Amino acid sequence: MAYTASDLRKGLKIEIDGIPYEVTEFQFVKPGKGQAMYKCRIKNMLAGNTMEKTFRAVDKIDTPNIESRTLSFSYQEGEKYVFMDNKTYDQVELHENVLGDQKYFLIEDLECEVLFHNGRAVSVTLPAFVVKEITETEPGARGDTATNVLKPAKIDSGYEIGVPIFINQGDWIRIDTRTGKYVERVKQP
Amino acid sequence: MSSASSSLDPAATARTAGLRARLMGSMRRFFDARGFLEVSTPVWLPANAPEDNIDAVPAAGGWLRTSPELAMKRLLAAGLPAIYQAGPCFRAGERGRIHRPEFTLLEWYRAPATSADILDDAKALLADLALALRGTLDFEWLGAPATLDPARWERISVSDAFLQHAGWDPALTFDPDHFDLDLVNLVEPALPHDHPVVLHSYPAPLAALARRLPDDPLRADRWELYLGGVELANAYGELTDPAEQRLRFRASNAARAARGAEEYPLDEAFLADVGHIPTAGGIALGLDRLLMILADAPDLDAVLPFPPP
Repeated sequence: MAYTASDLRKGLKIEIDGIPYEVTEFQFVKPGKGQAMYKCRIKNMLAGNTMEKTFRAVDKIDTPNIESRTLSFSYQEGEKYVFMDNKTYDQVELHENVLGDQKYFLIEDLECEVLFHNGRAVSVTLPAFVVKEITETEPGARGDTATNVLKPAKIDSGYEIGVPIFINQGDWIRIDTRTGKYVERVKQP
Repeated sequence: MSSASSSLDPAATARTAGLRARLMGSMRRFFDARGFLEVSTPVWLPANAPEDNIDAVPAAGGWLRTSPELAMKRLLAAGLPAIYQAGPCFRAGERGRIHRPEFTLLEWYRAPATSADILDDAKALLADLALALRGTLDFEWLGAPATLDPARWERISVSDAFLQHAGWDPALTFDPDHFDLDLVNLVEPALPHDHPVVLHSYPAPLAALARRLPDDPLRADRWELYLGGVELANAYGELTDPAEQRLRFRASNAARAARGAEEYPLDEAFLADVGHIPTAGGIALGLDRLLMILADAPDLDAVLPFPPP
C-alpha cells in the first residue's frame, strides 16, 4: 500500500528506504508554472533526527508497517527491559537503547505505549508524569520554599535530577517524563 | 492557517476590507492615469489555455477561468493598445499558505511593448501601492525588512540563479522535475528577501505563452517577481506565432496526459487571433498575495476571510 502526496499531513507516518518517518511539518508549494509539491519536515522514528523532504504531487509514498501496543513494565535484567502485553500476556524484551532516558522513569506495572516497526520495537512513550522517591540528596533547608533554586538529587534508577532546596531524601516527587524535569512534591503513593 | 469560524472578526475584517479597497482604488487610478482601459472578460470559459500543471475548475460544461489571458490577448488583437483587469480566477486543488483555489489576479497588457516595458510598469505600480497602503516604500513584513523602492529591484537570470545555487543551467539541459525541486529547495530560499527580485529569461520549455528571446532561442522572454520569498507576478513578451502557440498547447496537453490529468480543448478563436496580436507585453500579478504583504499579514487566509470548504 502507498500514500500519494495529497495524503500528507502533520503526524502521518511514512516510510522511505525502509526507514519509518513521521511528518512534523508540511507546506503546499507550487512555483510559477511548476508542479504542486509538498515541502515537509520529517522525523526519523528510529534515530530521532529530522530532515527536510519535498514530495511531488505525483509521488507515491510507502506506508510503514507500524503497530502500537500497550505494554506494562515488569522487570529489568542488565540491558534488557522486560514488558508484558496486558492482552496476550506475551513477554516483550526491549533493549535499553530503545528506551533512551525513559528507562530511568520506569516503575513496575507502568503502562507504556510501544511502537513496533516490522515487528521491531522502535520507541516507547511513558505516561507524561511518574512519581519517584528521592534516594539521595543533601539535607533540605527547612522553611526554604523557593522552587526556582535547584540542587542535585538522585532517584532509585540513579537518574540525576534538579530539585528545590526543601526536598529531602525519602521524599516523593512527580517527574515529567517528556522533559525529565521535577514538577512537584507529592505524598508517598 | 486560521481555522474556519462561524462569524468574522469585526476589527480584522474592517481593517483588511479597508486595505483591499484602497489597493483596488490606487491600482485603478494608476492605470487610468496611464491610459489603460479597464476591461471585463468572461469568468466562465469553453476553453482555458492548456498548461502542464494548472488544473481548471469544471463548471456547466466548460471551466472557470484560470486566468483572463487568452481573452485579453484577443482584445489586443482587436486593436486595444493598453488594457487591465482585476478579478477572480480559479485553479483546482491549490490550497496552502499562499495558495487558494479562488484568488484575485491583476493582469495588464500593452502594445507595442516587451516584457522590459512591463517591468517598468510593475516598478511604478508597486511603488504607488506601497505608498498608498504603507505610506512608505520601505516597510516590514512579519518583522523582516522589505522595500518596493523602484531603485532596489534586482534582476537575475534563471540560468545564473540555478548555476549559483543549484550548480546547473536548466536552459541548456532541461529536466522539469529537477527544475521544480531545485527551484523550491535551493533557488527560491537563496533569493534575497528584502527587496524585489526578478528572475528572468526562463528556459524555453517553460515559455508557456511567452515568445522566445529574439537573440537567444534557448530562453523565453518571461520573468517572475519575488518579494520576501513570495512569487508575486509572471510577465511575458507575448508569443504571436499561431503555429508555435498551437504546438505548445499540444505539448502541454501531452504533459497533462502523461501525469494522468485531463486534456483540455484548444481555444480555436484565440488561436485564430494569435497572428493578429501586435508585439506586446503582459503580466499576471497575485493581488491577494500583494495585499497579504502590504497588510503585514502572515498568510492569504488573513486577507481572504472566507475560507473555501
